[in-house]
Amino acid sequence: MTHFDAAAAAVQAALDAGARYADARVMHRRTESMSARNGEIEDLSQDEDAGVGVRALVGSGWGFYAVPDMSDPAARAAGTRAAKIAAASASVPGPATGLIPLPAATGSWSSPCEIDPLSVPLSDKAELMVGLTTTMREHGADLAESHYRIWDTAKWFVSSEGHRIDQRFRECGGGITATSIGDGESQRRSYGNQYGTRGWEMVTGLDLPGNAARVAIESRELLTAAPCPAGQTSLILGSEQMALQIHESVGHAIELDRILGWEAAYAGTSWLDLSQLGSMRYGSALMNIAIDPTIPGALGSFGFDDEGTPAAARYAVHEGRWVGVLAGRDSASVAGLDYAGSVRSDGWARLPMVRMTNVGLEPGPHTLEEIIASTDDGIFMDTNRSWSIDDRRLNFQFGCEIGWEIKNGKIGRMLRNPTYTGIGPTFWQSMDMLSSEVTAWGIPNCGKGQPGQTGHTGHPAAPARFTDVRVGVTG
Amino acid sequence: MSAELDLAGRVVDLVRRLAGSGAQAEVLVDHTALALTRFANSGIHQNVADATTAVRLRVHLDGRTVGGSTTVVDEAGLTALVERTIAAVSLTPADPGWPGLAPPAALVTDGAWDESTAQATPDERAARVRAFVDAAEGLETAGYCRTVHWSGAFANSAGQSVAGRAAEAAMDGIARVPGSDGVARLGSRRLADLDGAVLGGRAALKARAGTDPVELPPGRYEVVLEPTAVADLLTNFALYGFNGKLHTERQSFAEIGAAQFDPAVTIVDDVTATAGVGIPFDGEGTPKRPVTFVDAGITTGVAYDRRSAAEAGTVSTGHGWPGGSAFGPVPANLRLLPDEGAPTAAVAGPAADGHTAALLSTMERGLLVSDFWYTRVLDPKTLVVTGLTRNGVWLVEDGEITRPVRNFRFTQSYPLALGPGAVLGVGGNAITPADSWDMFGFTGPSLRLASWNFTGGASG
Repeated sequence: MTHFDAAAAAVQAALDAGARYADARVMHRRTESMSARNGEIEDLSQDEDAGVGVRALVGSGWGFYAVPDMSDPAARAAGTRAAKIAAASASVPGPATGLIPLPAATGSWSSPCEIDPLSVPLSDKAELMVGLTTTMREHGADLAESHYRIWDTAKWFVSSEGHRIDQRFRECGGGITATSIGDGESQRRSYGNQYGTRGWEMVTGLDLPGNAARVAIESRELLTAAPCPAGQTSLILGSEQMALQIHESVGHAIELDRILGWEAAYAGTSWLDLSQLGSMRYGSALMNIAIDPTIPGALGSFGFDDEGTPAAARYAVHEGRWVGVLAGRDSASVAGLDYAGSVRSDGWARLPMVRMTNVGLEPGPHTLEEIIASTDDGIFMDTNRSWSIDDRRLNFQFGCEIGWEIKNGKIGRMLRNPTYTGIGPTFWQSMDMLSSEVTAWGIPNCGKGQPGQTGHTGHPAAPARFTDVRVGVTG
Repeated sequence: MSAELDLAGRVVDLVRRLAGSGAQAEVLVDHTALALTRFANSGIHQNVADATTAVRLRVHLDGRTVGGSTTVVDEAGLTALVERTIAAVSLTPADPGWPGLAPPAALVTDGAWDESTAQATPDERAARVRAFVDAAEGLETAGYCRTVHWSGAFANSAGQSVAGRAAEAAMDGIARVPGSDGVARLGSRRLADLDGAVLGGRAALKARAGTDPVELPPGRYEVVLEPTAVADLLTNFALYGFNGKLHTERQSFAEIGAAQFDPAVTIVDDVTATAGVGIPFDGEGTPKRPVTFVDAGITTGVAYDRRSAAEAGTVSTGHGWPGGSAFGPVPANLRLLPDEGAPTAAVAGPAADGHTAALLSTMERGLLVSDFWYTRVLDPKTLVVTGLTRNGVWLVEDGEITRPVRNFRFTQSYPLALGPGAVLGVGGNAITPADSWDMFGFTGPSLRLASWNFTGGASG
């Protein structure tokens, strides 16, 4: 019995039990993670999970059931159970649920991978991780930590509408962190923490060894750096922090399930109003945000989403105007839209839901050097340390690991504990310079949903300048 | 013998057979059946369940340590887990910090089992959702009703062999009017304790009382925090303050023996005294037992797993998480003790209960805060946290709730908020709000605090 057979059996059982639509995902995932601390391996884990998850639509009610067993009887039982759960949903019905049309498709897709990350000898990986922490300790870090993570996921998708798709994702990444402990506070500098749908070349390309000494030295210097001043100023963000800014204040805000209120009780809603899609100004004319799961090697890339919709790029924000959302087939139907393609699940045991794919900025006309040179008075911040945003994705406060004063077009003294706060559309409309130096950052820990799911998202981002931003908020 | 304990023992035996008697092995088996009925726009829109058995193995051999897990628990899957774990051991560096295996020790409790919760049907969860929606009397509602049952076992090659089972139920929902959400949230070990109508009615009352909020200037305000907000304080104390690894690294505020809290504050971790999934042993097989972290304002201890305990020169307090040595030990059942003699007052308006109302009744001017949202630590050492209020804030003047207030952003050191002299009242209510991650059971009363640092309005 193939994995396709198991998925098909689950779908058929759901239909036999009364579902008008059903789909099933068989998934087999192997992961490996290693972390080192102060010259020793602190944790090494190799994990495996496999199972089938079935989604059934009975009337307007969804049901989902998952089991870690791909045998024919188990798959059929899961399909039947999913349909029964869906029937229970009908006792408290919501608005009528439909699915926008999706042509039946068969296909295969694999992420690019030059070096299979699970085939790299553990001894080589351990030597790298330990060596990184040794270097950071030698350069003054009280705590030196390094890590990598690898996911190797195979999926087989079958729907009652004729989809039959298999995909293989190899994802990995890693990073280093140096922490220096002072009398009243600790300071941290990190590097890397970058992930993609790529092989081990993703990690070697980061040049972690070449940055270990620098982050250690900077973490130590931060202990005696001047505090970030409080006030309103021009703010320059590095591309890594920009990725987080995009993720939190654009990516989540354009999730259609949030806009429709489906996440109201937990993750929250969105300040965006569907009636303004296509007309509302989100940011300055420099702001072009694309939803693009086709970027080779980016963490949010795929061939098909978890409903079988082929990957396709579209704008979310074009020249500052809000024009697109992240949608699934059911949410698009409710909203009257004709596209989906942004539904994913965190493994076979979780319900597919609207998630970010790659959501990021297109290149601007400037360089970081030009941005700094044209700033008379401002602060440059980079690398996220803390993030908080309200349940409508409007009011944010982000803290960065490091800042620098900008005076008369030049980088000045280092600043510790830099923070900035603002309101999403006001902030984005103040973006007056944007670099062309785009990096496709990957965030592997995006939380959403109940039960909780962790998503992998990509965010092309470049350094940018924002005007009149409140900085230096402290407790 | 439970099926999980039998499975754990088989894996330990397999390690011995394949790696020899010199191998130290520990095996954790978890069978978890989770069901969650989720509603939004006053209808059920997501309704899910899964039942998974996972086996986690850790092997220490020739001075080296490797962990691994699988959900493939047939003979081939278990053999593959053991073989790849043993193979990986020889390729890793030495582990001089290996603390050894947990010694044999009896459980203090065998869990918290409720058969009817474990056997709850989708229809039973839907009925509670129906009651919540109906009680909101036409307001838009959203939330979930969840049941979980867990049965698990731990065995190691040092002779520790324990098993337990537990059940948990939770309901968390909001009612909404334009510009105002009200919340009701409750966790329990029995689904029968969750009354959808009561929770829906309370959420609706709060939502209606929050209409047309005014925006107040940022600044320091006296506050009454309801248990839903207090749970966030306990969460951050658990993750950062009482984490023994961070303490050893000097990244925790905790100073053992110091009067860091108000004398009215006592915080214990007790799996038997809170709701939440009541797993009776930790990820290393150490039995859970009550541990006091703050006693009448004095910080008395922090949590340890075996590795952090060895590094600190002490013993595990039973707070190890499977595969969690990098983050460190986290107590999952913190309880801030209520004031058993605290007064109650009649509830008029959006206060959660009579104890909360009593705390408000003597407040000259301050804020009633229902809930916190998206709290993040700016610095673990000082535990300065930023976040926002959510689901209802009201101005209190001369002991009366006078008007709803728009949400604030705050930036506040949590231990300083509960510091000596800062706690003006502790309620007699000890509530476990539903935990979204079905991992924790943080329980606390309403608190009246002298000062909370609001650093911005929701509009900027």
